[in-house]
Amino acid sequence: MTDQNYDAIVVGSGISGGWAAKELTESGLKVLLLERGENIEHITGYVNALKAPWEIPHRDRITNKIREERAVLTRDGFMHEANASWWCKDAESPYVEKRPFSWFRGYHVGGRSLMWGRQSYRWNPFDYEANLKEGVGVDWPIRYEDMAPWYDHAESWAGISGSLEGMAQLPDGKFLPPMELNVVEKDVAARIKAHYSDSRRLIIGRVANLTEPHNGRINCQYRNKCDLGCPFGAYFSTQSSTLPAAVKTGNLTLRPFSIVTRVVYDKDTKKATGVEVLDADTRQTYQFSSKIVFLCASTLNTAWVLMNSATDVWPDGLGSSSGELGHNVMDHHFRAGASGDVEGFEDRYVFGRRANGFYIPRFRNLFGDKRDYTRGFGYQGSADRKGWSRDIAELGIGAPMKDALCEPGHWSIGMGAFGEVLPNHDNKISLSKERKDKWGLPVLVMDCDIGPNERRMRKDMANDAAEMLEAAGVKNVQTHDDSYSLGQGIHEMGTARMGRDPKTSVVNGNNQVWDATNVFVTDGACMTSTSCVNPSLTYMAMTARAANFAVGALKKGEV
Amino acid sequence: MVASEVLLSGQSLPGKAPVAGFTDDDRALLDEIGDTIIPQTDIPGAKAVKIGAFMTLMVTDCYNDRQHAAFAEGLRRINDACSAKYGTAFMGSTPAQRTELCNALDVEQRAYGLKKAKGDPAHYFRMMKELTVLGYYSSEIGCTQAVKFVEVPGAYHGDYPYKKGDRAWF
Repeated sequence: MTDQNYDAIVVGSGISGGWAAKELTESGLKVLLLERGENIEHITGYVNALKAPWEIPHRDRITNKIREERAVLTRDGFMHEANASWWCKDAESPYVEKRPFSWFRGYHVGGRSLMWGRQSYRWNPFDYEANLKEGVGVDWPIRYEDMAPWYDHAESWAGISGSLEGMAQLPDGKFLPPMELNVVEKDVAARIKAHYSDSRRLIIGRVANLTEPHNGRINCQYRNKCDLGCPFGAYFSTQSSTLPAAVKTGNLTLRPFSIVTRVVYDKDTKKATGVEVLDADTRQTYQFSSKIVFLCASTLNTAWVLMNSATDVWPDGLGSSSGELGHNVMDHHFRAGASGDVEGFEDRYVFGRRANGFYIPRFRNLFGDKRDYTRGFGYQGSADRKGWSRDIAELGIGAPMKDALCEPGHWSIGMGAFGEVLPNHDNKISLSKERKDKWGLPVLVMDCDIGPNERRMRKDMANDAAEMLEAAGVKNVQTHDDSYSLGQGIHEMGTARMGRDPKTSVVNGNNQVWDATNVFVTDGACMTSTSCVNPSLTYMAMTARAANFAVGALKKGEV
Repeated sequence: MVASEVLLSGQSLPGKAPVAGFTDDDRALLDEIGDTIIPQTDIPGAKAVKIGAFMTLMVTDCYNDRQHAAFAEGLRRINDACSAKYGTAFMGSTPAQRTELCNALDVEQRAYGLKKAKGDPAHYFRMMKELTVLGYYSSEIGCTQAVKFVEVPGAYHGDYPYKKGDRAWF
């Protein structure tokens, strides 16, 4: 059964798994890429991508049928009718909320790389040092300098557009030309820069959408339908970028409908020998063997696989010897910010649908600023003219309302913060002893919440936004703090954190599980803290770095 | 965002109770209500996009039980209101009467929206107005005649000239 043996097995085909597959196959390894869900082919699988608005039956609103199958997803606005089938049915794959937790999953080839927000930022040097300096959690065993060349590598391949700013808190990278701020955003940016003496800056978002042709892919066509899949391959996804690169090597085997139930662990060698797979379709069980295993199943599912593995040696699973497996669940807390109306600019509009907005990098607790909480947040937002769905109270109904809605409304601007969440041992996930999913596998129990540091930060997240908008001359400024529960940011991190000591961490500085060094965790599970910037670019860089290490170690016979 | 308010406020509803389906008469009435909210001008109105069929599809497939019931009850109430005011059901009223009635109902729904308990269904006329606006502007006629839709813009210009009367983008 030679087809059961590989050099490397990669579990999960999202952003991290796609990168692992690309890097490992390009190094000459024979790789099996396992994905629990169905295959979605690049371009031909994007069934709604080229439909006109009127071809979507419920005009992209959520139906009751979708709501019944995917109730959790309706807690936020990421899912809509046209892409609902790409979000995991939580009716089939439930989980237990000991405390409220929103888990938005993509169970198919490409995972959430097909629906992600594409905002791509480097961590800064302070982010990697903060835990040590503040005595929070454990220290990262790596620093910005370790990651910088891998950020270069990830950006250069993926294609990240952005502006060079020279800001210490948001390191510049290898960028494609930036997208454009619109006329109102430019005006607000200039006023903020002046008001805060350039200590705060509004810049165009750094986004994994191509602004010029790149690596055989076509540049962004400004349709803003990214989360339906891009027929132009203009944004980074597994399908558009890493998967074709891996396929091209001839070294890749992709197996959809493959739920990895455990890593197979050999007590004698203290290494993994492969993985066990439950075929999601036929329900047959298979074993595949390999020299190394990359767990990239998405943060919580990577922890799930580990907790299900080697339980004869460690009851709480492979990697649990530290007592930290499943702990320190983090996310970015958000849904707080401000918005308002912009006067003037009635003779200005935009052309095209920019799949991006502005970004205001972190300014709190940096460069001498000191608040009653630690860490900080960044803002994402945009300005635009109101469209036909706006309410016009004074026009009532009839031709006056109709005519008014055929024209754009006034300009408005809004922004929301994404804040850092601290690691907390008490925020944990575990395997349910009672509840099973559609395949008879134990489901996760979520037991986590934000703490006082995040709650204090949220006040600034709303008030600072309002202050900046008012300083920029925006009218009718209103703050908002809609409730937030962990997971809603869809930036789950932690549960198998990286560290310097096997007693307090699950993986080492090369992403190797301390308890089985040929098992690598390179998705969000390995994160030791969260920064406040979107995490995916760091997963790309981290995965490429670990893959490079793993190939070197394999050649030297060290794993 | 008028068009999404009702739809986003729906609670989850495992096993939505079957409600008597809408009839062709209901759809015909809703076509006329919709065409009063968005009438034909130099471009077609809501009736031309089969707004009655759209509204009943949305209510049936997307609304929860209470919203559905409030909407269905609204069909009766709008006829009652029309009869009380003009001595005829909605289908028999004149265009001027329809416009006057719907403007009054729009004032009524605004007042109701300010005092209603959170979680209660919106006023039926608000539902009808929201669905008409959504269904009309996202229709082929709406996208190509009322507003403008370009499938593949190909570029972004953030400082694009605009003069009063130019159509909005979808």
